[in-house]
Order: sequence, then C-alpha cells, then structure tokens
Amino acid sequence: MNCNHACSTDNWAEVKATAGRVLGEDLVAFIEQCRAEGNPHSQLIAVLHRVQGKFGYLGKSQLDAVAQLLQVPAAKVSGVASFYHLFRLQPRGKFIINLCLGTACYVKGADRLAEKLSDELGIRFGETTGDGMFTLEGARCLGACSLAPVMVVNNDMHGAVTPDQIPIILDQYIRKAKQQVEEKPAAQS
Amino acid sequence: MKQQVWDVLQTIRDKCEQVVREQNTGHRIFIQVGSATCENAAGAVAVADEFRKHIAASGRDDIVLRRTGCTGRCSREPIVSVYRPGVMPVKYEKVTRELVHGIFTKHVLKGEPLLDHVLDGTIAAMSRFEILNCGSLRCGWKGEKICGGPMANQLRAMGVEPDECRVISASCFGACSAEMAGKHTHILVRPQNVLYRLETLADLEEVVQEHIRGGRIVERLRVHDEPVSQDFFELYGEVAFFNRQTRIALRHNGIIDPESIEEYVHYRGFEALAKVLSQGDPQWVIDEVTKSKLRGRGGGGFPTGQKWALAVKSPERVRYIICNADEGDPGAFMDRSMLESDPFNVIEGMIIGAFAIGAHQGFVYVRAEYPLAVERVDNTIRKCREWGLLGKDILRSGFDFDIEIRLGAGAFVCGEETALIHSIEGERGQPRIRPPYPTEVGLWGKPTVINNVETFANVPAVIIYGADWFSHIGSQASGGTKVFALAGKVNHTGLVEVPIGITLREVVMEIGGGCTGGKAVKAVQTGGPAGGCIPAGMLDLRVDFDTLNRAGSIMGSGGMIVLDEDDCMVDIAKFFTAFSEDESCGKCTPCREGTKRMMEILERITTGKADEEDLNKLERLAKLIRRSSLCGLGRAAPNPVLSTLTHFRDEYLAHVRDKRCPAKKCTALLHFEIDKEKCVGCTACARNCPVECISGNRREPHVIDQARCIKCGRCFQVCRFDAVLKL
Ligand SMILES: Cc1cc2nc3c(=O)[nH]c(=O)nc-3n(C[C@H](O)[C@H](O)[C@H](O)COP(=O)(O)O)c2cc1C
Ligand code: SF4
Ligand code: SF4
Ligand code: SF4
Ligand code: FES
Ligand code: FES
Repeated sequence: MNCNHACSTDNWAEVKATAGRVLGEDLVAFIEQCRAEGNPHSQLIAVLHRVQGKFGYLGKSQLDAVAQLLQVPAAKVSGVASFYHLFRLQPRGKFIINLCLGTACYVKGADRLAEKLSDELGIRFGETTGDGMFTLEGARCLGACSLAPVMVVNNDMHGAVTPDQIPIILDQYIRKAKQQVEEKPAAQS
Repeated sequence: MKQQVWDVLQTIRDKCEQVVREQNTGHRIFIQVGSATCENAAGAVAVADEFRKHIAASGRDDIVLRRTGCTGRCSREPIVSVYRPGVMPVKYEKVTRELVHGIFTKHVLKGEPLLDHVLDGTIAAMSRFEILNCGSLRCGWKGEKICGGPMANQLRAMGVEPDECRVISASCFGACSAEMAGKHTHILVRPQNVLYRLETLADLEEVVQEHIRGGRIVERLRVHDEPVSQDFFELYGEVAFFNRQTRIALRHNGIIDPESIEEYVHYRGFEALAKVLSQGDPQWVIDEVTKSKLRGRGGGGFPTGQKWALAVKSPERVRYIICNADEGDPGAFMDRSMLESDPFNVIEGMIIGAFAIGAHQGFVYVRAEYPLAVERVDNTIRKCREWGLLGKDILRSGFDFDIEIRLGAGAFVCGEETALIHSIEGERGQPRIRPPYPTEVGLWGKPTVINNVETFANVPAVIIYGADWFSHIGSQASGGTKVFALAGKVNHTGLVEVPIGITLREVVMEIGGGCTGGKAVKAVQTGGPAGGCIPAGMLDLRVDFDTLNRAGSIMGSGGMIVLDEDDCMVDIAKFFTAFSEDESCGKCTPCREGTKRMMEILERITTGKADEEDLNKLERLAKLIRRSSLCGLGRAAPNPVLSTLTHFRDEYLAHVRDKRCPAKKCTALLHFEIDKEKCVGCTACARNCPVECISGNRREPHVIDQARCIKCGRCFQVCRFDAVLKL
C-alpha cells in the first residue's frame, strides 16, 4: 500500500516549511529520520504518538502536516488516528485521569470510583471539565491489577483507591496547578 | 561447531564478571528495592530515595542500594530485601518512607532485623540456617520416606532447634530428572546456598553434623550444576507464596537488575544463544523446542516448534519474527512484569527464534500503556547492539539480526496476529481472514512468526537445561510452566508461575491464600474476555490448555481473576461482553452487531426486564457469533456468556424468573431499606442521597421513600452503622 502520488520534489522545501510551522522542527526531524529508514509508512503510529505527546491531542492541522511529510494520504492518517483508542482528536485537560476499567479493577469496585469521579467532576467519561483542568478517561488494564482498583493521573499511579480518596486526590492536583500558576509570575520577575 | 562463538561469549563474560565482582567485593551490605510499574505505584520510588539519603548520611561506602524488577508479590509491595554477608537475607513488606529509617538504623547498621515487618508475617527470630526441602512430585515423598515423616520432625529428633535451623517445604528446584524420581530428595541449605542430593537418613545426618553444626560444606553430597530455580530460591525460598512456585520464565525476576547486561550475563545470560549459534543448526533448535512441548503462551497454545517449522518451510528468504507484547487481557500483567524485570531473557529468546527461522529483522510490539516496559526493552536492545549481541555477525557467528520496537495505541484486537501485522505496517489494526497464516504470508507479505513474550522467555531455559527436562515439568501434553496474574478477591495477588497441570485449587487456595475476608470462592475467571468462569466446584481441575477448554474456558494469556459470593455471574458476563463490544473492530457483522445484541439482552436480564425465552435467545446468538465471526475476538467473545450459562444457569434464572440478583450486585433488582433499630439518625444518608428521598430528623430513624429511590446505593455506602440494608 505504498503511496502512489507522484509528488513532485520541487515543492518539498515548501511542504516542509509549512508542516514545520504546525509541528515544530523536532517533529519534522523525527519524521525525516523515519523516512530515511525502510518502510516509512509503517512509522505512522509512532509519529502520531510523538505528535500527541507534544500537543496533547491530534488536531486536523497536525494530521494534515503528518500526511504531507510522511507522504501518506490524509484519509489514511485520520483513519488510523480514529481507529486507535489512545489517540485523541480533541484537546484535553491539564490533568488526564485514566481510571482502569479492567477486570481486576472492576471486581474490586472501579464502577464505584467511576461514579464518584463523574460526580465530583461533573463530567462523563471522555469529557473535559469546563475549566480545562481534568479530562476523565477509562483504560483497559494498566498492568497493576494486584493493586486494583487503579487510576493514573498524568503519570502518577494511584493504587487501591477508595471512593473517599477521590476528592483528596483531585484536590492534590488542583493545588499543584495553582502552585504552578503562582510560580510562573515569580519566575518571570 | 563454531568455537569462536564461545570465545566471544567468554570475553563478554570476563568483562561482566569483573563488573559484578566489583559490585560484590568487600563485606558489602545490599539493600534491594523493586522497581516496576506495580512497585512504583506502591511507593517504591520514594522508598529507594529515602534509602539513598540514609546511605549518604551514614557515609558508609560498603552499603549498596540495588534495583531489581518485581518478584510478583504485588499485594505486599514495596518489598525491600536486606543482605548482610553470611546471614540469611531478610525481606520486608509494604515498606514506607517511615519504616526505612527503622530498617536502616536497626537492621542495616546494627544487624537487628525488624521482625514485625518481615514479608508474609512476623517471625519470632531469625534462624541461623534454613533447609529448603523439595516437596514436589519427584523428591517429595522420598524425603518423607528417608525421614520417616516430615523433615522438621527428624531434625528435632536429632536435637536441632528451630532457631538454629528452620525447615521449609519448597517446590521443585529443577535439580531432578525423570530417572532420579523417587531415588533422591533435594535440599537447599541457606544462607550458604548449597544444594544437596540425599539418598538416606545417614546423608541428612551428615549434613546436620558437618554443615549445620560444623560449618563445613559436605562436598560428597553437593549438587554442582545450578538448577534453574536455585537463584530464586536462594533469595525467596522462605516465603510461602514463592516456594510453591516453579520459576522458569520468571527465574530472574526480583534477582537481577533489569537494566544491567552484566548481571544478566552473570546469571548464565546468552549461554543459550551461544550454544545455538555455535552449533549453527537451525533445525536442531526447532527440534529441541518441539521436543520440549513448549506451547504458545499468548492464548492459542499452538506448539512453538511446529510454528517455527512452518515458517522455515516457505521458500521465501526474507522472514520476520515478532514478539507480541500487546497484553490485551484486561486483568493480566505477566508480560509487563517480564519485560520490566528480565527483558534480556525475552530478547535472548527472540534472537534464538530468529536464528531458528532465519529471520534478520524482528519487532517487539508493545502496548503504549506500558511506558516502563518500553523503556527497558529499548535499553536492552541498545545494550545488546553495543555488546555485539544484536546487529551484524552476532557473537561472530555470521548471523545478522536486529530488533525494532513498535508501539500499539490501545486496541485490544491488535493482539490478534493479522491485526498486529497491519498495525506494525502502520495501518488500522483490523484482522483479515486466515489462511494464509502469517507463517506463510505475514508482515509485508513475508513469512512471519509471532510469539508471545512468555513463550520467548522460556526459550533460553529450554536450550540451557534441555528439552527433556522442560517437557517433564508440566503435563503430558504441554511442557513447562505457566505464569498467571492472580487478581480479584484473593488474599495474595500477584504473579504465580506453576507447572502446567497443577490444580486450580493449589493456585487459588494454597498460593493465593483463598478469598479476602474469609469469603468462599465462587468462581475463577481465566482467559479474560475470551475465557470463561470455572465454578468453585471444579477447583480440582488441572490447569492445562485442553482441560480448560473442556470446562468452557481457555488458558488464555494467564489472567486469573478470583470471584467471591459478592460477584454476580451475569454481571461478569456483561462486563466482558461490553468489553468485546467496545473492542470489536467492526469489520464483520456477527461480531459487530452480535455483541451489541448480546449486550441488550444482558442489560434486560440485569434490570429485571427479561424472561426465560431471552436466555435461549442469548444462547443461540452466542453460538452463532462463535461460529461465524472472522477473527478470534469475535469467535471467543461469547465464551464468558456461554460458560456462565452452563455453570451458573440458576443465577440467570433467579434474575429472569424471580427478578432477584443473588449476589446483590445488579442494583436495579435490589431495594434499600433502613433498619430502624440500627439507625442512629446521623443524617449522613439523607445528605448524600442524590434525589433527596430519605427523610427523618436528627437522632431519629430515617426512612427511604421507595417510590423516588433510584437505587444508586449511595446511602448503603455512606452509612457507618450498617443501618442501610441492601435487599
Ligand atoms: C483478540 C485477540 C487478542 C489477542 N491478544 C494477545 C495478546 O495480547 N498477547 C499475545 O501474546 N497474544 C494475543 N493473542 C494471540 C495471538 O494472536 C497469537 O496467537 C499469539 O501471540 C501467538 O504467540 P504464541 O504462539 O507464542 O502464543 C490474541 C488473539 C486474539 C484473537
Ligand atoms: S470478529 Fe470482531 S474483531 Fe474480529 S474481524 Fe470481526 S468485527 Fe473485527
Ligand atoms: S447513615 Fe445510617 S445511621 Fe445515619 S441516618 Fe442514615 S441510616 Fe441512619
Ligand atoms: S439508594 Fe440512592 S436514591 Fe435510594 S435512598 Fe439510597 S441514596 Fe437515595
Ligand atoms: S485490571 Fe486494572 S490494572 Fe489490571
Ligand atoms: S522434584 Fe525435587 S528438585 Fe524437582
């Protein structure tokens, strides 16, 4: 399934520059490196992971830029991006709460945590709070089943969580965000 | 035979030994802290930091902090081990920052262990010696015969007190062979870690006289080759959770630093690879693996040797090998643990596989949800390249092979072989019809072998210790062990590696310690969304690929979830069906639409809207999906429903006939009442009820307005006086 577009190479510099404005030099370099290796198209998922890692989600303009640079049809890029659960097409909150909804966590009461989280945040799974602070997502087993029920907030894993702990955990992050806001102006002055 | 391969390995070994020796010189004290996703989640990072600070503050350079992966004793993590030269190692459980100070000042500095925090319960005193006595099939009964009963009693009779030497019953060390069965028994004496082979009572007396009393090793009885599980037992042999296990795939977990190639080489790392490359005969490797009766550990149980032979048959010269580390079963984590705790072993197995099938390029397909595993595999690949163990002319054998990592992106179906191949190619991960099988037409149309992480993890052991040895551990039909991720309502959750053919009871009751809270086991779910529920009445079932199939479940990749009386089997079936519905890739109708329809029926059952005819409909639909789906996901999706319908039909009938959920899980079939006698009128329930249907004055019994109650169960959860009844 190689790309059959007869892209002329003369506008390559221009393509790169446009894509660079959207993705940044680092990602352009990464994609170039992928292209240099065999079967560059097979790197699409790796590239999307990088892009999402940088921007938090995959926006339309980023997907187009990836399509241009990897020389893959745009339809394929968005097809792949929408197929895999981990790729997000919408912006997300500052803190991403990933509640494990795997079997071990389920039998240990993850459903009650889900309710509590939804209640506390006032959002459903897949949504982001109005202030852009939290996004609530469900995961399929985070590989720490013996500590079930488990939830991950950004990169911190919380094990054996009870519904009562939820407000306390959320509070930690709200305070963390406030601190960061306070530190910023201080750092600038 | 290519001698130069061994020469190159020897050079590598010399370098590694030097590093390992330097780490161990002097009378060093080692503090070992686990580092893996589970350990870190339990707080291991903070504990390691705290130790680091203490060591720095003490100014001692003979105290060393070591990192290992996880041992699989997850419910007691973080686990810290302290090794002082010449004395028994001590392991602590659930170590917190606060406990670190005590361990450091009392035990590490003064040599007084904190006996109340020792892993798996307090002990009265540390004994000076320990005899681990093999209680397994081949030597267990011989030991009893020699001693005329339990070995501990015999030692007492010889006048050895428990504080001098404890006796602990362990499982097979792997020192035995079929011919030896019933002729000898094996004991491991710690802390010197000497393995003896005993034939008569006089032999035991000699060990007591010489070794325990006199401190001299009895060379005459000593077993000189190191059996597979010895390193593990040397460190963990006194812990009941571990000594009932036989560790092959996990033999280094918790022993070595997963990021150190030196330590891996020290524990016979790459010896199997050197053996294979020096022989230079791929067919020999395939024959060995076939003879070992190793079957794929990813779920299907296809004989690994046979799979490799199929790939070799193809005239196509370009071939690929893939390690499937997608670990999709939502309740399984053994592949993660192996990749995080002993990644070199998996990669070595993969290189051997590549040599056997003539592949020069391999891929490790890992879930993106396992960042630490990805990091460690990446480190492993890099180090292997640096040391000439990957790349061109591996160990100067002329064989070229390299590995790339590819990340998944959260699609369960990508664990299926053809979907995985599409995903590596950068496509949507949808399966295609087989045949042709990947061994004929795989990645980029070339013959491709896909094996699971655990399958590869067993390969080096098969090569080093021999196919015969491997095939004798396990059952008639399949050799070796299986690692299970024990979770759910069980006391000791974690990773359990046991010989195939062991009973479910031994795993769940003896190693797992039964259900939490003293409740009764109701069922054991194996195989995840593709598996089924085995009722408690069948706990004596021997765990094997075929026996589990017959019981309506599957071995699967190794998830084992224990369910107790509070778990509703209809609800569990619904849980897995929801999973399959969600994960269906949508390519074929029976799976895409069928799982939806099954969900609707299950929803009706759990909300009391179904009748008996619905059960028949459900069964017919499930069988149809099983027959007509395109890939393994759809074909196995009905298993949870069918197995629960077979084994727990009564529970379904209670839902549809009596509109009752016996496990009190399906809230729509329950109602909540307040017990007037018990209610103290604290108002907690009323304040928490989302629809404000609880009334009552402070310090007076409260009442629920049943007409308005939405059965959310909040009042039941918040009442601290057990006054809210779930009926
Ligand atoms: C829906 C589905 C999901 C699967 N997930 C996995 C998985 O996560 N890990 C795995 O090793 N095998 C998985 N398998 C099985 C693989 O397709 C394949 O049989 C296996 O990796 C072969 O390796 P083995 O022979 O070493 O077991 C899955 C199969 C299906 C149908
Ligand atoms: S059975 Fe399900 S997962 Fe498999 S191809 Fe069909 S729709 Fe996709
Ligand atoms: S929470 Fe319990 S004790 Fe308190 S008012 Fe409600 S039922 Fe009564
Ligand atoms: S179950 Fe929920 S709605 Fe019903 S009384 Fe209790 S808190 Fe209120
Ligand atoms: S089921 Fe939640 S971590 Fe595995
Ligand atoms: S049965 Fe005792 S060492 Fe194997």
